[in-house]
Amino acid sequence: MDAMTTDISALERDLLARIDAASDEAALEGVRVEALGKQGAISNLMRTLGQMSAEQRQEMGPKLNGLKDRVGEAVVVKKAGLAEAALEAKLKAEAVDVTLPAAPARTGSIHPISRVMEEMALIFGEMGFRLEEGPDIETDFNNFTALNFPPQHPARDMHDTFFFAPDAKGERKLLRTHTSPVQVRTMLSQKPPIRMICQGRTYRSDSDATHTPMFHQTEGLVIDETTSMADLKGVLMAFVKAYFEVDDVEVRFRPHFFPFTEPSAEMDVRCDRSGGQLKIGQGKDWLEILGCGMVHPNVIRNCGLDPERYQGYAFGMGVDRLAMLKYGMTDLRPFFEGDVRWLRHYGFSPYLLPGLAAGLDG
Amino acid sequence: MKFTLSWLKEHLDTDASVEALVHTMTMIGIEVENVENPALKYRPFTAARVVEARQHPNADKLQVCQVDTVQGRLEIVCGALNARAGLVTIFAPIGTYIPGTGITLEPKPVRGVVSNGMLCSEGELELGGDLFGLREKNYPEWRARADQLGLDQAKAITDGGIAELPNDIAVGAPLAQILEADDPVFDIEVTPNRPDWLGVMGIARDLAAAGMGKLITRPAPTIKGKFVSPISVGTDDPGACMVFGGRYIRGVKNGPSPEWLQRRLRAIGLRPRSALVDVTNFLTFDRARPLHVYDADKVRGHLRARLGRGETFKALDGETYEATPDMCVIADDSGVLGFGGVMGGESTGCTESTVNVLIEAAVFDNLRTFRTGRMTGINSDARYRNERGIDPASCAPGLELATKLILEFCGGEPSDIILAGEIPAPLAAVTFDPERVKKLAGISVPAAKSKTILKALGFEVSADEAKKLVVQPPSWRRDVEGPADLVEEVARIVGYDELPANAPPRSANYRPAAASVGESRLRIARRALAAAGYQEAVTWSFCRRAHAELFGGGAGALALANPIAPDLDCMRPTALINLLIAAQRNSDRGHRDARLFEAGPAYLGDQDGDQIRTVAAVWQPAPQRHWKGSTPPDIFDVKRDCLAALAALGAPTSGLQTQDADKPFWRPGRSAVLKLGNKALATFGEIHPRTLATLGVDAPALAFEILVDAVPAPRAKATRAKPPLDMNALMPLTRDFAFIVEEKARAADLVRAVLGAEKGLIADVCLFDVYRGQGVPEGKKSLAIEVTLQPKEKTLTDAEIEAVSGKIVQAAAQATGAQLRA
Repeated sequence: MDAMTTDISALERDLLARIDAASDEAALEGVRVEALGKQGAISNLMRTLGQMSAEQRQEMGPKLNGLKDRVGEAVVVKKAGLAEAALEAKLKAEAVDVTLPAAPARTGSIHPISRVMEEMALIFGEMGFRLEEGPDIETDFNNFTALNFPPQHPARDMHDTFFFAPDAKGERKLLRTHTSPVQVRTMLSQKPPIRMICQGRTYRSDSDATHTPMFHQTEGLVIDETTSMADLKGVLMAFVKAYFEVDDVEVRFRPHFFPFTEPSAEMDVRCDRSGGQLKIGQGKDWLEILGCGMVHPNVIRNCGLDPERYQGYAFGMGVDRLAMLKYGMTDLRPFFEGDVRWLRHYGFSPYLLPGLAAGLDG
Repeated sequence: MKFTLSWLKEHLDTDASVEALVHTMTMIGIEVENVENPALKYRPFTAARVVEARQHPNADKLQVCQVDTVQGRLEIVCGALNARAGLVTIFAPIGTYIPGTGITLEPKPVRGVVSNGMLCSEGELELGGDLFGLREKNYPEWRARADQLGLDQAKAITDGGIAELPNDIAVGAPLAQILEADDPVFDIEVTPNRPDWLGVMGIARDLAAAGMGKLITRPAPTIKGKFVSPISVGTDDPGACMVFGGRYIRGVKNGPSPEWLQRRLRAIGLRPRSALVDVTNFLTFDRARPLHVYDADKVRGHLRARLGRGETFKALDGETYEATPDMCVIADDSGVLGFGGVMGGESTGCTESTVNVLIEAAVFDNLRTFRTGRMTGINSDARYRNERGIDPASCAPGLELATKLILEFCGGEPSDIILAGEIPAPLAAVTFDPERVKKLAGISVPAAKSKTILKALGFEVSADEAKKLVVQPPSWRRDVEGPADLVEEVARIVGYDELPANAPPRSANYRPAAASVGESRLRIARRALAAAGYQEAVTWSFCRRAHAELFGGGAGALALANPIAPDLDCMRPTALINLLIAAQRNSDRGHRDARLFEAGPAYLGDQDGDQIRTVAAVWQPAPQRHWKGSTPPDIFDVKRDCLAALAALGAPTSGLQTQDADKPFWRPGRSAVLKLGNKALATFGEIHPRTLATLGVDAPALAFEILVDAVPAPRAKATRAKPPLDMNALMPLTRDFAFIVEEKARAADLVRAVLGAEKGLIADVCLFDVYRGQGVPEGKKSLAIEVTLQPKEKTLTDAEIEAVSGKIVQAAAQATGAQLRA
């Protein structure tokens, strides 16, 4: 019996040593089969238990089972160790230079004019204005006559207005010189109360450092039976605060002249030009930002409404100019040149949506 | 329009400061462009007397002068020909900033001699001209001096010299005092509705109404005529010249006008000429009443206002003009003398020797005056006022005022006044309910106050029965035609600052602003394309007509009659033209690989509805380089971006048909139009190399254009809620197929056929390989697809999968002749 016990001890030492020595999973599997496989050394010993006496079996059973468990356990542990080492080796082998550049993901930009028009539409939208639209190519009536420009008014002259050739009837279309024809179209097609804004491209035959033959406007119109200049002041003061995103903006209204409004005014905001940078809201200087007034009775009449009953206000502002004042561009011409450097610098991320809740910077 | 403070005070009794006057002018509608006191500019300059002038030892053309100055006797180097002993001139000490040259004087030797200051010319002080008319007298001396130095005499005179002041001016007298220039000059911008503000009197009237002092009214005198004018005046075209007033004054002695008048004119930048001419200029600015004086002895027969007949004549500016039948002229028996209300003629101009004069005060049609001025390019003070409208009642008073001044300055004897034509009727009185101020301007102003304001502005106000006022506008206010105009008068004098500002309504009370579907889509497209790496540009709506023609546009109705530049003479049929040119400009500057887009209009015609919303994009690709390798961008890159944008706009992209592009500016074989049914939604591809060559743009250029309005509008829904979500619990499975097809077969036809092979089951078809070469016969290609099957009710059996596969192979064969690859 002792001899057998000695054999078991020797076998265990041998197997454990070989398991430990196995360099890979295949070698380990070889050792496992030799020990625990159907014809393995331990399996063969286990089979001898059946021929033993009860006393022998009582003694050898636990010993053999203990051997089987320890060797089996050693295989599992070794296997896990080998797998871990293999993974480590693989990770090490597959390391890369993480500082290599990724393929470039290009994000484009939204033009400041689009951005500013959206901001304006949003602010006036909050105050109940609907966005109306109209074409760039207009009739003389919509652009001038309806708006109380006297016949042959100098502004209709070739000097300012782009014209097309006269048609068979002798009527010539023109490029709208302001977005006001949309106001005319709205008054002609809708019944008061009217509360609208319009935005878009406008054209004047003018080109220098501060004028381009194409520019953009946002205009507003309210027509009902009671709206007064006090309402106009309130709306525009609210607009200026929201647009420039400053709590306190000092503004003033000055009398001015437009053919289509009476009384007419220009609105100035306080500004500070010291230090070469323009700050809006406070300061010593005034900056003119828009024109406005009460719609001229002749305009209301020309648009098919009764000026004895209806009244209201209109205002108009230059989108490009207000974009420059808010976002700091100093020149107008590059707005229309499509220079990628300018577009990248002054353009806006598509992910920053203007919104009033989070501030216009979104 | 310029005037000085002292001039204003001739009409306004006021103690108000310059600042208060500027503020009030601004707030009543007179835009003040600038206020400047010339005295500030002249402060360092004083009178000095040259005691000795000697040849500079080292320079022929320079003199070294000993000069008595405010700082004592100084040695000053001077290059002026007229520097000579005894001359009183203008001295600037070291450290003085010289406005005319922009230089500050430093103690620097001039050819070895230190100059302790400078003797100045009028030009160096931005004064212009010969201040006291003294130079001309000394021209003989200049000429002699020029001869001495061997210089050209004429050139020596035109190049000028230092200022010559009257001899009796004391050394050290400040220049501002000599010029009596300590008088702020206002420069104002006058709106076209207020020609009365083109006279100082008119400005004073409004300032007085606004509480800035008391208006000084000096009615025109009535000077009795002593005889009947031997020259009569008349108007042959009362539409062009409504009123023609004239008065003859005989026996005048012309000469310089008095110093006060010369100073006043000089202060606002006008050159004094002679008493007769200065009087007309003075009244132009004082009363907004342009006048003209004729040398009566040069007039042949009588003066008539009539239309031009194509004659030419020489105007006072020395230029020869043609009088077309659209222009109003003043003519005598010899022909055209001048343009009515714009500029007189040289032949009858007044000179020093004029003895008999005829003064003209007329009213011309302002629009005709404007056109004449524009056609001739003449910008005169007379035109400026006449084209804006002259007070039609001002002819006789204007003649009386001019007569008074001429008699005072030049003596003589006046004729009776002749007034031909008919003074236009005054504007109708306006019935005005003072409550209107509250209704329109939003401020309560007591009726009595409104009345006071209107009266101060020159309106006649009488009360009607029903508490309404009857308001008669004065003759100089032809802009006032209804109650709204009167509300403006009251409101601007009360002050717009006084108007309340009503809080704007909050959106809660209103529907939120509804932008149109089209406008919303442009906003979406901008975000989609910017996110895809394109930069939004805004380019002109116009382009070169020849370019427009290349892109299917250029119709006559869209060509501008008066383009601003030859390359901007036509409305664009697509934004692609300007984007391609912009991309090339970037490339030329070394910024390659531009990806630009524009979400804006294209113009297909000049009728309403011909302007369409488009999204156009251009990519002028540079080789893409990356260490992992990369393929050159091609039309499939823009196809992806185009489809992504279409999807963002809500277009059903899976149902679109891809057909060859049909416009000739697209490159054949590498461009396609995406259609929904037979409606084109977008085109993408490469621009034709020939088109690019004409535009001067390097190939290749990738592009796409989406016709935003062609994308079907979303259906109006009763609720914002989305339909219930149907999530299938069964696993989808995929099967791969490779087909051999003819080279000309289209992938989309194969994919569409397979998608339709078993509609309930086939969820997706993905074409993942195109192969030509070994194993594929010549002239054919292999297309490999992965088909996704989505079981609906139960897992598919092998037999069912086999059945579907069979249908797929059959459908592919039917549609494209495809053979399953072995």
